[in-house]
Amino acid sequence: MTTVEENSGPVTDPTSDYNIFDAEFVRDPYPTMSEIRESKCPIAHTDRWGGSWFPTRYDDVVAIAQEHEIFTSRSITVTASPLRQAEGPYAGIAAPPITSDPPDHHWHRRLILPVFAPQSVAKYEQGTRDLCNRLIDGFIDKGEADAGTDYAQQIPVRVISAMLGVRDDMADEFVSWVRGVLEVGLTDPIVRLENRNKIINFFREELADRKKNPRENDLITDLLNSGDKYPVSDQYVLGVCNLMLIAGIDTTWSAIGSSLWHLAQHPEHRKQLRDNPDLWPTAVEELLRAYSPVTMARLVDRDIEFQGCPMKAGDRILMAFPAANRDPRQFENPDEVILDRQHNRHVAFGSGIHRCAGSNLARLELRVALQVWLERIPEYSLVDPAAVTWAGGQVHGPRVCRVRF
Amino acid sequence: MRVRVDEDSCQGQQMCSIAAPEVFGSDELGHATVLIAGDIPEHLHAKTRRAQANCPEDAIIIED
Repeated sequence: MTTVEENSGPVTDPTSDYNIFDAEFVRDPYPTMSEIRESKCPIAHTDRWGGSWFPTRYDDVVAIAQEHEIFTSRSITVTASPLRQAEGPYAGIAAPPITSDPPDHHWHRRLILPVFAPQSVAKYEQGTRDLCNRLIDGFIDKGEADAGTDYAQQIPVRVISAMLGVRDDMADEFVSWVRGVLEVGLTDPIVRLENRNKIINFFREELADRKKNPRENDLITDLLNSGDKYPVSDQYVLGVCNLMLIAGIDTTWSAIGSSLWHLAQHPEHRKQLRDNPDLWPTAVEELLRAYSPVTMARLVDRDIEFQGCPMKAGDRILMAFPAANRDPRQFENPDEVILDRQHNRHVAFGSGIHRCAGSNLARLELRVALQVWLERIPEYSLVDPAAVTWAGGQVHGPRVCRVRF
Repeated sequence: MRVRVDEDSCQGQQMCSIAAPEVFGSDELGHATVLIAGDIPEHLHAKTRRAQANCPEDAIIIED
């Protein structure tokens, strides 16, 4: 069962038949997550889209994330990989280190972690601030803008392009390729494969260029040259480039968009942030908790009973980080945004060995994007709340979000 | 109060340095380091406990 028609019928009981691509769930997944979490069956199951499990309680999600040998990351989407993906340029290229297992995982991750350490990503702050200001210059005189397409969507793709040392004018194409993989592509394997191939073909040329013309302070050049420490292949470097695009664009864009959507409706939170800039660190974590954009998946390695659920080798598990982050067992008043929340052990970036490697960059982008927006546009509101459109499935955030100021 | 980071558990979430930037920093890989050698001053105890509570990996060990 992989076609949209076969999988899109009405949902009667979300604990046994949830559909993460259902229009209402895409728009507002939290009531359904809460219904499952508080039911007798907090790890739901569905036969839709090839079948998956859906743990919604914080402790269960974290326990699964920690057991990386049983619940592997060899496949990280809810739908099966495109058929015959080994043909063509995508052959053998994954998204390391997410898709790597130990022991390769260790050095796959070690090679890229230094790039994303807090002290390393700090050098992108000024460039991100300038970028945000330029974007706002483009629409501030109009009194109205799309906080999604004119702003949130434009930021991460350019930050990632700068990190990868690729042309800035690729932004629209990158966005379209990533949406082709992560949004449309989740339910349409052909679109997914086409867009994966576009990404890989693009970076194949970038790699060829760096081999001919090595650059100073360049991530791709540095990765290609790390072979003295680790056996780095072109496949690995291509995989990392693929991952940075896939993991670094839709996700942060969604977090920025959701936060702007939230702040548009909460003048008291805008005022709190204006009056007390010291709140930013906890505010960013709280917005990440309340509007966690990412739901990863895991692949079950061997038959196992987990919390009474008979999981079979090859089953998929949706890591509902957004549901875990609103579990009342872990968070007081979980559906409320409390910008100075002190106890906030959220897992928006996952947990365990596969936690998001780019988290410090994502935090920086989210903070700077919101700071610059509120500096320039302190007062604003949604033009029409009902007209906001959302992406959902495994990455949740607004896409069209018109605001007036 | 003394504090240390269990290196096997730490995944570099950095929640500790957000909760208590005076106490926790980052190494080259972005994993947590303790910035204060010896006893943690009393005025930082609450923050240090918050950092411990916020670590999703349970990697912070406090010895009173």
